[in-house]
Amino acid sequence: MNERVSQEVLAGVVREHAGRLAASLASLLGDFSAAEDLVQDAVETALLRWPAEGIPRRPDAWLFTVARRRGLDVLRRESNYRAKLAQLTWSAPATTDDRLRLIFMCCHPALSRAAQIALTLRVVCGLSTAQIAAAFLVPESTVAQRITRAKRKIGEAGIPYRLPADEELPQRVHEVLAVIYLLFNEGYLSSTAERAQARDLVDDAEWLAALLANLLPKEPEAAGLLALIRLHRARGTARFDLQGRLVLLADQDRGLWDRQAIERATALLTRTARAYRRPGPYQLQAAIVACHAEAGTFAATDWAQILVLYDMLLRLAPSPVTRLHRAIALRHVNGAQAALAELDDLGKELEGYPLWHATRAELLRALDRGQEARRADQRALDLTNNPAQQALLKQRLGWD
Amino acid sequence: MKYVLMFVETEEFAERLHAMGDLEREAAYAAVSQWFADHADSITHHVHLAPVHTATTVRMGEGEPVVTDGPYAEGKEVVSGFAEVEVADLDEALKIARSWPACPVVEIRPIS
Repeated sequence: MNERVSQEVLAGVVREHAGRLAASLASLLGDFSAAEDLVQDAVETALLRWPAEGIPRRPDAWLFTVARRRGLDVLRRESNYRAKLAQLTWSAPATTDDRLRLIFMCCHPALSRAAQIALTLRVVCGLSTAQIAAAFLVPESTVAQRITRAKRKIGEAGIPYRLPADEELPQRVHEVLAVIYLLFNEGYLSSTAERAQARDLVDDAEWLAALLANLLPKEPEAAGLLALIRLHRARGTARFDLQGRLVLLADQDRGLWDRQAIERATALLTRTARAYRRPGPYQLQAAIVACHAEAGTFAATDWAQILVLYDMLLRLAPSPVTRLHRAIALRHVNGAQAALAELDDLGKELEGYPLWHATRAELLRALDRGQEARRADQRALDLTNNPAQQALLKQRLGWD
Repeated sequence: MKYVLMFVETEEFAERLHAMGDLEREAAYAAVSQWFADHADSITHHVHLAPVHTATTVRMGEGEPVVTDGPYAEGKEVVSGFAEVEVADLDEALKIARSWPACPVVEIRPIS
């Protein structure tokens, strides 16, 4: 047990156990905030000691013992908690309901999105405040303050620690999925060679999606999100070249894609679709990504099918960004002129969105309108602060 | 816990209400009465405010308090009424607020 513990293994073990412990303590104490404090203490102690001492044989029992001891110390005034903690022995693993309650609490719609994300990462995934701050490139104090405020709101506004009622469930599940998807995108889109930390968010997001799909077997959208994340990840290594530059889908080396992972994720998606027959935005997005992932070459992409899927997606979840993506598919079915007309329709809504300008640039270039294309690329470059996108656009503009 | 639901009107909503025919307006008022009846067990108190043109605001500053015509916040959203509810937690208050059939915004605050 003395060999050096890699960060990845450490993160995995903490993630597996911290959330469970938080869930069972919160249920036991009936107090989310108090449980959160105790677990955070235990996790911080583990992060200090495990790298040197090795991961204990029973990480769950170790974390529990530290949290319990700490609880008996700090909760001296709260005789009620003390009595409960003193009785507790490590024989009450978190139930499915405990874990779900915890997730729904962290993603309660009365909390801001930033607070939902920070709480979920900290409480469910066991990240420390410092790790969350590093992942989002914000000061640690900002994250700490976000969490303190969120916990205060939970207490003072009376946000309950319980499972949502049946009629609230669809909306609450949607809220949780949105948080996980946002985490994934943050990690996936901002990951570059220099920002290894952001890639961990992708791990956390996949883990959360898998947990949720497992805890909510009646929600096809949870499985849909899991398939979507796995399909993206299966192609992750082809997104950057050796110099760390972004490679567009058309130019990616498809030999680098993880075919097995793609097959497994597609199988999950198909199984889900057949079992429920309840398509939703995540299942549809996953189906679109699956179409791309299954094509042997860019030319072999089934654009007509993708267009159908976008139409279904727009019916369920209308959004200008989805219309933009549909226009890209439309180009390959009906030509650049038709796609450009669609895009120009979206100008009012997407004027501040870099991808709208970059896509316009591509279409204009395809239509031999080079001057306008350059202006659109320049506009996209002005709007994005993603380094990989900036590099790509600069290359197009011929500055490199 | 006790919460106050603040009902917030928008210009758009006021215009829509104004443009309604008598029957339609009656139906809208009936929906509100029904809502109060449905939640009578939780609602401990409620008030409906007179229209915003009747509002007067007093601001305490350095010197004498300054009295001005109009609501405290300049904007398109104005508070038009309050209901105080007593329920177990925020989720229950949210459930009541979600079923509100009239003006488009409701702010929920616990009473401290």
